[in-house]
Amino acid sequence: MSAAGDLADVLADPTRCLRLDPAGWTALLTAARAERLIGSLAHRLDGLDIPLRVGAVLADARADAAAGRCRALWEAEMARRALNPLGCAVILLKGTAFVAAGLDAGRGRSIGDLDILVPRDRLDAVEAALLTAGWEWVKPDPYDDDYYRRWMHELPPMIHRDRDAMIDVHHTILPPTARITPDPAKLVAGAESLGSGLSVLSPEDMVVHAALHLFADGDLSGGLRNLWDIDRLTREFAERDETFWLKLAARAAEHEAGAVVARAARQSYDLFATPVPEDWRTRDALDAFIRRRLLARDGWGRPTRPVTRFCFYVRSHWMRMPPMLLARHLLVKARRRDGP
Amino acid sequence: MRHGIVVRIGPAGFRIGSDWRVPIDQLQALYADYPAPEGGVADFTVRLEAVRPWRRVVRPSVRLAGDYALPDALPLPLSQGLLAAEMGMNLQMALGQRRFLLLHASAVERDGRAIVMTGESGAGKSTLAALLQRHGWRLMGDEFALLDPATGLVHPFPRLISLKNDAIAVAVASLPDATFGPLVQGTPKGDIRHLVPDARAIAQMDTPAAPTLLLFPRFGGGADIRPVAAAEAFMRLTQASTNYVTLGERGFDALTRFVTTVRMAAIDYPDMPTAAAMIAELSR
Repeated sequence: MSAAGDLADVLADPTRCLRLDPAGWTALLTAARAERLIGSLAHRLDGLDIPLRVGAVLADARADAAAGRCRALWEAEMARRALNPLGCAVILLKGTAFVAAGLDAGRGRSIGDLDILVPRDRLDAVEAALLTAGWEWVKPDPYDDDYYRRWMHELPPMIHRDRDAMIDVHHTILPPTARITPDPAKLVAGAESLGSGLSVLSPEDMVVHAALHLFADGDLSGGLRNLWDIDRLTREFAERDETFWLKLAARAAEHEAGAVVARAARQSYDLFATPVPEDWRTRDALDAFIRRRLLARDGWGRPTRPVTRFCFYVRSHWMRMPPMLLARHLLVKARRRDGP
Repeated sequence: MRHGIVVRIGPAGFRIGSDWRVPIDQLQALYADYPAPEGGVADFTVRLEAVRPWRRVVRPSVRLAGDYALPDALPLPLSQGLLAAEMGMNLQMALGQRRFLLLHASAVERDGRAIVMTGESGAGKSTLAALLQRHGWRLMGDEFALLDPATGLVHPFPRLISLKNDAIAVAVASLPDATFGPLVQGTPKGDIRHLVPDARAIAQMDTPAAPTLLLFPRFGGGADIRPVAAAEAFMRLTQASTNYVTLGERGFDALTRFVTTVRMAAIDYPDMPTAAAMIAELSR
């Protein structure tokens, strides 16, 4: 079993950590850091009878996550102040949304950039308002800029000149070039207000987004963390509303994401024992391979299984772009690498 | 990994893994008198790994990795493996330590009172700390002073002292009985040689001390002492801290308390005996 596998087991059932020896603990902490799950682990193991030293490391991780939460909420507030005069919906995504909405998925979660979703027809106004409020372009390269604007689901990343914090402004949740086309108008229409001028996606859309982000938009690096989001979200939503899984299936279909959401639910059931309805658990040929990729991390924190990793890297580009566009993109990138 | 060692330095336990034996053997020799991590669990992991599998053998090149790493760090030749390991441990502290406010400074203690010495690279803070061991001071650390936000005390981090260029010969001459590591040549900072802190520094690595003096030393020129205002010290220490921003309010409170309770001075010193006399005078 890989260290990432042990990590998944302990996250699913914290009492399993009581069997670890000191070397096992060191490997667990290292794998959790490498997968950016140390804060989540710290919250899961809070209150258990764990070795003193481990307790100290995890207490630090909790404090770190608390500071990260504070920073994330502040960034959201800064964006709210900049965008409020426009009167358009500003929908928080991913980690910031989880902590702003007080969800279990936000407990201990590491949060990177601020991700927001705005209606596409307001994109220019949002961009102008952010530039006025002190955000600046990170990549002033014309090809990258043009690429983002034509083919991506978000503006080129911006960074705030004083606070050094990044913002990703999305107008939908997958690149328009991807095989799957979620409906951004429905995402915006279904969003739930937090009462502050900010919103979050509806529970179903939140899970759809998490699943698409995990399986339709990347090479699965950081995948274990994203899958943990799915476990936390579906558990909490299903507990609140017993018809949640039915609603999720219906909503996923509206976004062409039924298969991806089902795949995410299956993986979450396999790795974290998420209570997923039985009819969601039909396996396919790719499941075992994906699981292999999600757990490709050893007790030294090293990525393992390079061939599997590479396959998913190739897959990520294949899913994101049609072949001709991909060829052109790789050509430009390759030229730039060799260039002066 | 193929080779590994665990060691505790003050409050932090480290596990260092390597694709090569040599750096681990060197660490083992130099850290022989240090304890193992508490309960066998290391706080931080450092990896010295080949940039490509074949580069373990062909033109071996060490990539520094671990729990915390800099994304654009350049690999080092294997002859600088020991330096890489030390850099790796420093990096874990700099980026990962949360319990203490880290000040990029050396520190020494006498009669329960600590002196913290900070300054640019090359100001001589490592050399001063190393040589003050001969003048009755206990070395607390040459790289980081760990300020506890809860108590205001300085905790030791007595890792190997990193001596650079001309300081190497000075230290070898002054500390003939001390244990030195191999000479590492051609590093980005010139020649480096590691010095093992004396037995007292290692034995008392868990004993904190109340800070009483903050020094900004500078090697060269005539002996001179200038006062430093609390506001200036505060600003310079925010620059010299690796985790001031990360600690948030705790960091601000700890640093404010520090600069408003200790005496502060900038000193220029032409040689070691003069510096020792000046420091003895200032700490009176």
